Amino acid sequence: MVAVEAARSVVQLKGVDFYYGDFKALEDINLEIRENTVTALIGPSGCGKSTVLRLMNRMHEVMGKTRVKGEVLLDGKDIYADDVDVVSLRSRVGEIFQKPNPFPKSIYDNVAYGPRIQGRKSSDELDGIVEQALKQAALWKEVKNKLKTSAMELSGGQQQRLCIARTLAVEPEIILMDEPCSALDPVATQQIEDTMDSLKKDYTIIIVTHNMQQAARVSEYTGFMLIQETGEPGRLVEYGLTSKIFTMPDRKETENYITGRFG
Amino acid sequence: MAPGVLRHIINRMGRLKTAQKLKENLIGKIILGCGVLSVAVVVLIFAFLLRDAFSLFGSYSPVDFLTGRKWYPISEPPVFGILPLVLGSLLVTVIAILLAIPLGIGTAIYIAEIAPGWLKEILKPLMEIVAAIPSVVLAFIGLTLLAPFIQDLLNLNTGLTALTGGIMLAFMALPTIVSIAEDAINAVPRSYREGSLAMGATRWQTTGRVVVPAAMSGISAAVMLGIGRAIGETMVVLMVTGNAAVMPTSVDSALKPVRTLTGTIAQEMGETVFGSSHYFALFAVGLVLFVITFAVNWIADQILYRYRESE
Repeated sequence: MVAVEAARSVVQLKGVDFYYGDFKALEDINLEIRENTVTALIGPSGCGKSTVLRLMNRMHEVMGKTRVKGEVLLDGKDIYADDVDVVSLRSRVGEIFQKPNPFPKSIYDNVAYGPRIQGRKSSDELDGIVEQALKQAALWKEVKNKLKTSAMELSGGQQQRLCIARTLAVEPEIILMDEPCSALDPVATQQIEDTMDSLKKDYTIIIVTHNMQQAARVSEYTGFMLIQETGEPGRLVEYGLTSKIFTMPDRKETENYITGRFG
Repeated sequence: MAPGVLRHIINRMGRLKTAQKLKENLIGKIILGCGVLSVAVVVLIFAFLLRDAFSLFGSYSPVDFLTGRKWYPISEPPVFGILPLVLGSLLVTVIAILLAIPLGIGTAIYIAEIAPGWLKEILKPLMEIVAAIPSVVLAFIGLTLLAPFIQDLLNLNTGLTALTGGIMLAFMALPTIVSIAEDAINAVPRSYREGSLAMGATRWQTTGRVVVPAAMSGISAAVMLGIGRAIGETMVVLMVTGNAAVMPTSVDSALKPVRTLTGTIAQEMGETVFGSSHYFALFAVGLVLFVITFAVNWIADQILYRYRESE
């Protein structure tokens, strides 16, 4: 428990309820994400893991009618306050999607996209940012001689690392990953996990995953989410150090899920 | 089940199969016939067009025909220089394009990206209704409303100008451009938009830098098809461009009457003697028009094809 207290929390969810239209999808979510760690959210399909993720960059607002109750704090400030600019929020909280979604542009232009929309135009500066981001995403060696070719020609795993580089180029503080490896083969998955490991010294990563082994491999903290009955909202059943959740969870449901008795 | 009954059923099924096979065969033949017929008709049209057009070139030099600056079909001897007609067509088309491209793409972006759902439901069918208005009706509106308006506005001798024709043609090409460009924008995967928004791009940055570029080949094809429609259009230009076969030589020609390839054929065909050189000259004009339209459509097809390849 000492380690838990030591790191600073960058994101805090306090008593958050979430609604899609009239449907209550999440209830009373309390969560603290520590700086420079990897936090995994696990649980069966449809339990609201991805929704928790989207709460942190307000991407759920793109999808239609939603409502948030409670507080979501980023560095102590409520990101749902009226004076918060959602555009600058999203440049601080990046997201990697389930399916790699590079733009149909060149590799270079994909990575330079974020800096460009922020108004950085000098090509020297962009060259530096692109190289740096691709190195951080462990893709530089593979693509440095073909930066002008289309991103669509890369393999799935390379595309996903390109998406990571693209997000890094905006210099976010937090990176959300929504099942980033579910469309990838084991080798590509391994590469993404290695990348995550090297990124966490500079970034805070929150990953949603179906794959419990992956959660155990990459994360320091794990949250287990569950819907008790159909139609009920998702709840965070247990949250703590990954080593503890996977070896001696406090709650029976967590143990059942971890040991593969359901889900 | 008695063996006799079983055999009876099998026999019946056998007979059913033969009947079905016959039917299938017949349908196949009928469809084949339809296909052959329509292809044959197109080939025949082209053959006749070629034959009649080339009848002119026995007595009239193709070079003079294509580069001549005078179209005096009923003088003695007749002069068939189609350059003023080609330039007239080009001028009207260019005006139409300049107007239709920004308007069409803007409307497509509005319908696809900005308009709320209910408005989208109204606007899309509305555009298709505009496409369904007979061109002669549009031309009538151009003649009675737009032409006098332009005449007064710019203080001209006549409102029947290349500009008037261009505006009406732009209006006609719009539904094609909007509808195909909107489809292209809609076909851009949602994940691109999400990826851009999640990086802190605004809605406009996302539309302008990701969505529209991703839809660019579809949008280009939409524009080409719109242009194809504008070049081949007859009724509108015949009625509102003034039909003076003079060389458009400068920018202000846009404010003077011009004559187009299509307008010339439509207007003069009824007055020519069958088999005369004027008659064949009009077929030759038709051939030129055919080549231009075919080229535009071919380019549009190439763009669309590349677009589907890259998906």
